[in-house]
Amino acid sequence: MSTFLLLTITGLGLGAMYFLIASGLSLIYGLMGVLNFAHGVFITVTAYTLWFVESKIGDVPVLPRFLIAALAGLVVGTVFAALTELVLIRPLYGRHIEQVLVTVGLALAVTALVTAIWGSDARVVTAPAWVGQTTTIFGAHIPNDRWLEIATAVIVLFALEAFLRRTRYGLIVRAGVENRAMVTALGIDVRKAFTLVFAIGGLAAGIAAVLYTLYSTTVDPQQGTSLVIFAFIVVVIGGLGSIRGTAWAAVMVGLVQQYANYYASSGLGDLSVVLLLGIVLIARPRGLSGSFA
Amino acid sequence: MSASPILATRNLGLDIGGATIVADVGLEVREGELLAVIGPNGAGKTTLFNLVSGLHRPTSGTVELDGVDVTDQPPFRRARAGLGRTFQVSSVFPLLSVHENVRLSAEAANGGTLRIWRRATAVREAMERATWAIGRVGLADRGPWPAGLLSHGDKRKLELAMLLAGRPRVLLLDEPMAGVSMEDVPELVELIRSVHADEGKTILMVEHHMEVVTGLAERIAVMHHGRLLAVDTPDAIMGNETVRQAYLGEEL
Repeated sequence: MSTFLLLTITGLGLGAMYFLIASGLSLIYGLMGVLNFAHGVFITVTAYTLWFVESKIGDVPVLPRFLIAALAGLVVGTVFAALTELVLIRPLYGRHIEQVLVTVGLALAVTALVTAIWGSDARVVTAPAWVGQTTTIFGAHIPNDRWLEIATAVIVLFALEAFLRRTRYGLIVRAGVENRAMVTALGIDVRKAFTLVFAIGGLAAGIAAVLYTLYSTTVDPQQGTSLVIFAFIVVVIGGLGSIRGTAWAAVMVGLVQQYANYYASSGLGDLSVVLLLGIVLIARPRGLSGSFA
Repeated sequence: MSASPILATRNLGLDIGGATIVADVGLEVREGELLAVIGPNGAGKTTLFNLVSGLHRPTSGTVELDGVDVTDQPPFRRARAGLGRTFQVSSVFPLLSVHENVRLSAEAANGGTLRIWRRATAVREAMERATWAIGRVGLADRGPWPAGLLSHGDKRKLELAMLLAGRPRVLLLDEPMAGVSMEDVPELVELIRSVHADEGKTILMVEHHMEVVTGLAERIAVMHHGRLLAVDTPDAIMGNETVRQAYLGEEL
């Protein structure tokens, strides 16, 4: 029972990070039709900024040091995401093949650049002590970072929902997901919304990067790419452009991955996620939610 | 009626891959009038519309709005300059509520979407404008409905409300009766007539059905094979021999 509880909470924590990454991917695709293969770069940029700042400021207690570094990482990651849209995506508006190529190119280039400068080995980040400790619930010793992951994802989910439902920009984004050409015809310059959605996606992915850094206490050039692969699966399962569908799919993928790794065989988790993807696509070809929810 | 037209096309033409879709169209819409463009299928009516609203770029000629050349302006700039249009295919956002659909249009007209932060009064003004427009077209009790659940006729009304919320100076209506059941047509015709008369809006509409247009339009422009055949009062058009041969002969 305690093992099952640990697996479940860990799966939810993993799902929380997938959700943070996938929500941006999903909104970007839903609004702009862009498959953003550079999304992992936002994770890498945030994580390396965090590590860099954290390693440079000494003489500060661990917690404020980490918080400052995390904030710096989030700011840089968000700005980087907005610039990606402005500089690389916007000139290729409506040219999907070129957009795929430029995002793949950016992903490869940034990964190579980071590897060239700081090497391919993982770099250690000192996380606040509380995160590494455990809380005991029903006999299960749950590492504290899992709670942080789940709570953060829930807050981001509610914040995104509030943004989409309650704000003018949210209204424009929802309308744009339904029919971008029509929004333009109404006299609304949707390009502002494009940049905003990229920035939000970059911020959410950055939050995932901070959480993942707390979990692994390291940063390395490949972690962004490997997280994004599962985030893409989450997006496809959840239905492109749907935040709630993405949340459900992230939870499913996180749990299935954890259970399969433990109860079946280590390594089967990834395979079982692909199987889950196949089953969902056969049953509901447009994903769990079909369209925007 | 002002001396210079509020909307004008001059030598407007579109060639696609050597084929002429629209050629040499010079059309002047006067402020406050209701002008209908008719013509058989494939005459280039909707293409002309797309050229005017900016969805297509012409290969020759110009489009002028209130004396200003807008040929190189994208659709949203023309819309903001006062050129609001509907589409032949019903173009509401089905998952947004009726009120949200209209609000979006009102926001667009404010042009305030450029700024992230806006005064609360401007936001409230857009809300009130949306509520007014929904009431104006008779959809007041449908506000919270997802627009996708409306009937075809009500969707057309919603599109009209969206247009009105945007305070356009010229309304471009692309086949407003398309897909509407026969019994709903008179109500919609009456609504367009009252919007034209009561709000004093200039309307340029494309319509396939002659009988809708004759009782509604002050002037009729006839298109045939991408060219403008005649522009005149409904009576004169009905009596025009060239028009009868080119259009009515084919259709009736």
